[in-house]
Amino acid sequence: MKRAMDALKVSALRKSYGSNEVLSGIDFSVQTGTCYGLLGPNGAGKTTTLRCCLGLTVADAGNIALCGLPIPAQAEKARRRVGVVPQFDNTDPDFTVAENLLVFGRYFGIDDEVIRNRIPDLLDFAGLSGKDNARIQTLSGGMKRRLTLARALINDPDVVFLDEPTTGLDPQARHLIWDRLKQLTARGKTLILTTHFMDEAERLCDRLSVIDHGRRVAEGGPRQLIAEHIEPEVVEVYGEHAGTWARENAGLGERLEVAGETAFFYCGDSAPLLAALAGYPELRYIHRAATLEDVFIKLTGRELRD
Amino acid sequence: MNARSLYSFPRPGLRWQPVWRRNFLVWRKLALPSVLGNLADPLIYMLGLGYGLGGLLPQIEGASYLSFLAAGTVVASTMNAATFEALYSAFSRMHVQKTWDAILNTPLTVDHVLAGELVWAATKSLLSGLAILLVIVALDLTSSPLALWVIPVVFLTGLAFAALGLIVCALAPSFDFFMYYFTLFITPMILVSGVFFPADQLPEVINTFASLLPLSHAVQLARPLLLGEVPADAAWHVAVLAVTTVFGFWVATVLTRRRLLA
Repeated sequence: MKRAMDALKVSALRKSYGSNEVLSGIDFSVQTGTCYGLLGPNGAGKTTTLRCCLGLTVADAGNIALCGLPIPAQAEKARRRVGVVPQFDNTDPDFTVAENLLVFGRYFGIDDEVIRNRIPDLLDFAGLSGKDNARIQTLSGGMKRRLTLARALINDPDVVFLDEPTTGLDPQARHLIWDRLKQLTARGKTLILTTHFMDEAERLCDRLSVIDHGRRVAEGGPRQLIAEHIEPEVVEVYGEHAGTWARENAGLGERLEVAGETAFFYCGDSAPLLAALAGYPELRYIHRAATLEDVFIKLTGRELRD
Repeated sequence: MNARSLYSFPRPGLRWQPVWRRNFLVWRKLALPSVLGNLADPLIYMLGLGYGLGGLLPQIEGASYLSFLAAGTVVASTMNAATFEALYSAFSRMHVQKTWDAILNTPLTVDHVLAGELVWAATKSLLSGLAILLVIVALDLTSSPLALWVIPVVFLTGLAFAALGLIVCALAPSFDFFMYYFTLFITPMILVSGVFFPADQLPEVINTFASLLPLSHAVQLARPLLLGEVPADAAWHVAVLAVTTVFGFWVATVLTRRRLLA
């Protein structure tokens, strides 16, 4: 099988707004048929990167090739083969579910007949069968999000961009979206998603970049990043004197971080720590495997971002 | 966006049509109340002032005051309909519903969105103008076949004011902003452009200023046509409205690109 062309290739992307540099040289490529994640705290430059890739914002420097087409020069042509799930739902409140899909398909120059034939399958895929004539106001948050996903597929795109696809959804709705996104990659579609939910990235992404302050701070598969950047086991100790106790016993883990009343021990082998904790019943703890969230916090820090 | 593509003349071709159709589909759901709403207000003014005030007045320019006022009412309500659509409705789609953002994720561009909105606002104003024209015909205020030429005049007037409205829409931080446009531009223009009374009643300096405003050109086209005469300097009036449309649309497109594609 010949090696598939990269669906998206971004190199040395820079963008400033006035004196504020939002992107300071972003590089990544996304192999066709995979899911690629852009992770980063609020304001890291994720949405700006997506807007540059779609040709909605022109970067100050760097190169982008989407579906093999240079962006922004051929952005209109590239967007024919692309679907977008924006961060905030912007389905049309004046229309029913089916009208939303029909009107959106027309923007791609698709014939009404073709669109009408696609609608039942798309609604089925999005778990909205029988909702054709429902008004948007009557849909739950999860249903609106699924309609936005169905809308992004109206042109049968090769590449789908998803900007925080599950923010604000309840766990059931999130799991349904995750399941559908996995089905899409199984069908050979390429997904590019931004998120700050680490469990989402860990489940969905084949590869991902952690970006912060407009720079890439790490790239790789989720398991690979955990193995490369962090100790395999984490013990979270909490309780009134957890911080003090942890600092006195810092040697029991490779690395210690204290945040408020919780102490995070990052360990290669947690047995000595767990043994010591057995002598302090007033301290409660959780022993778990390291996750992508630990990597993320290590790379981007614990301070709040606004 | 680099300077060349930011300022370049819009080239929407015909791909704006899906944007127009989107607005048409929404309008179709509320068509009757929309037309009646656009018809009621100008008719109340026209008939109220026309019969009430008109009874006290001699003939104006060889016609009854009501016939005189009819032409002014057609163009003023066309202007209002186009302006409201390009200000409040377009702003709602751009800023509140983010409909334009959704469209920009498809192969369409700002040029297509704005062209669709421009033609749509002019279409809606045409419906408004046509409704009043029908009432004028029904009241026997016009009888000349030349009156049919008012239809393209109404559409051109709608295009010109839609283009100007889209400029204001692109600049607006919120709905409140539109009040300035109405109180500083639209309302004074109605009073100096010969809608309610002949503009040459006014001091020379105001009259000269008024002759630069697009509404006065629309009035000078529509009024003679409704009275069964060929307008003087018709080509000049048409040219002013056409240039307003083209130049206004260009400026609106540049400002909207700057607003949405930063």
